[in-house]
Amino acid sequence: MADMAVQSDVMEAAGPYDRAKALSAFKLGDLTFYWITRISAISVLLILGGIILSLIVGAWPAMKEYGFAFLWTQRWAPSADPPVLGALGPIYGTLITSVIAMLIAIPVGIGIAVFLTELCPQVLRRPIGIAIELLAGIPSIIYGMWGFFVLGPFLANTFQPFMIRIFEGVPVLGAVFAGPPSYLSLFNAALILAIMVLPFITAISVDVFKTVPPVLKEAAYGMGCTTWEVVRSVVIPYTRVGVIGGIMLALGRALGETMAVTFIIGNSFRISSSIFAPGTTISAAIASEFAESDGLHQSGLILLGLLLFVLTFFVLAGARLMLMRLEKKAGK
Amino acid sequence: MNPIYKSRRRSDIVIRALCVGAALFGVTWLALILITLLYNGLAGLSVQLFTQNTPPPGSTEGGLLNAIVGSVIMTVIGVGIGAPLGLFAGTYLAEYGKHDKLTSVIRFINDILLSAPSIIIGLFIYGAVVVPMRGFSAIAGSLALAVIVIPVVLRTTEDMLLLVPNPLREAASALGLPRSLVIKRIAYRAARSGLITGVLLATARVAGETAPLLFTALSNQFFSLDLTKTMANLPVTINNFVQSPYAYWKELAWSGALLITFTVLALNIGARILGAERAAK
Repeated sequence: MADMAVQSDVMEAAGPYDRAKALSAFKLGDLTFYWITRISAISVLLILGGIILSLIVGAWPAMKEYGFAFLWTQRWAPSADPPVLGALGPIYGTLITSVIAMLIAIPVGIGIAVFLTELCPQVLRRPIGIAIELLAGIPSIIYGMWGFFVLGPFLANTFQPFMIRIFEGVPVLGAVFAGPPSYLSLFNAALILAIMVLPFITAISVDVFKTVPPVLKEAAYGMGCTTWEVVRSVVIPYTRVGVIGGIMLALGRALGETMAVTFIIGNSFRISSSIFAPGTTISAAIASEFAESDGLHQSGLILLGLLLFVLTFFVLAGARLMLMRLEKKAGK
Repeated sequence: MNPIYKSRRRSDIVIRALCVGAALFGVTWLALILITLLYNGLAGLSVQLFTQNTPPPGSTEGGLLNAIVGSVIMTVIGVGIGAPLGLFAGTYLAEYGKHDKLTSVIRFINDILLSAPSIIIGLFIYGAVVVPMRGFSAIAGSLALAVIVIPVVLRTTEDMLLLVPNPLREAASALGLPRSLVIKRIAYRAARSGLITGVLLATARVAGETAPLLFTALSNQFFSLDLTKTMANLPVTINNFVQSPYAYWKELAWSGALLITFTVLALNIGARILGAERAAK
């Protein structure tokens, strides 16, 4: 405000005070600022449009060449003449790693949220909460490197032989946990993904758990409910939509995660029933092949990117709609 | 004791133990990753790291100077382009477009872009910038980072401006201040620490981004300040060095990883402290 006063001093010193001039200057400034902000806001829509347009343009040659067969062809032979490209391997890898990651991350993430909101002593709440949130801050290439050098060898020498031995000879499960153990595998990638998306599930669950009116919880405790019963019958039913929104947000992240997965999944386009075998995901395939690709191969990779974008778009849109529904409920 | 009561207590204890276990599980990963980074990265942390360029294959003399400089340049340009755009866009949503249909559409799309896979952003910039310019360049890399910065800054800006109490704006308007000045002089000032938090978080987010740089800025073995050419940067250098057979390159990759992680975590914690100060006020 002080500089406003200074400005008007300057105006008076410059000559007789011209009210009309000052007002029109204000009006012009107002209008310029309004349009700058409006155009910036619209640029968000332009970016989305640009992404979709550039992906479709880039993927067009591959779409024309392979059509819908792209989706269910497993063979990926970009150096064949003409190149044979099928997306089934990466699509399978993307879905399977995300599903396993969510199977691990959902119970653990919600468990941490329950711990932070119901069980944790007040003093520890902030430090533990921050530690979990910092997991989301670690760049994904660091996860990849760590998985490559530390986690992969560890799992291949301990956890994987153990699981393979237990399920040997069991129908179905025996094939899922089939050997040999490997440093690079779908399961390793899924475990790293689970750690990476954990903070998203925890953060949103903690936020929505806090919206439960204390009266509801107190009533349940007053009737003699245990902590677990309060969580199961009061907290989770009240916040279900929000928790599902958080899970879908985490799923959206897991589907598109690139660098961490590229390092540890092994980049094999063959589909294997064992989760300890190497595989690939859409984003890993793009990251490892795009720089050296050209022509139809490159177009095929962009088509993979388009598929990934459509998939994550719907998952994330679903997540937002769920969270918006909860906000409306909280607003009432 | 009543058997029903007993079994209820038992399941309660089991679940409590599992929740504590889950929290330990999460914290353990963070500790494990940080300890590995320190263990492997500290050895290579020397003055040489900041004064020499990346070594040629097989050599054991060199640092990460070009990669560090390149990363700083691209992050600064990316945030320099993305932060103002995000800030203005967030301002529109919070101040002008509160009751506009467009606002809810933009907010929805922005939330999706916020979590969109960063490799898709890389593909977009490849098609929109690299192909027309006929070559990988630092400016393409910076633009890819800017596209990632915009949604982060937009979101925090809108949230922070909506927290500014309306009576402040009404008082300023009643004194005859035009709308744009109400926003710039009153709302921005009241939300200042929140706005800075948003920019810090966005910087932390892009500082370690690798995927969008892989095929926009590529990387460069030499020191270069030319924005129209490929430029070395830490994440892609780490990516290339980890997969190499040379022990010294791997050592450099660990040191680089240590640098990036602690920079990013410091930015995150800084943003959090700033945010907490605001809440305490």
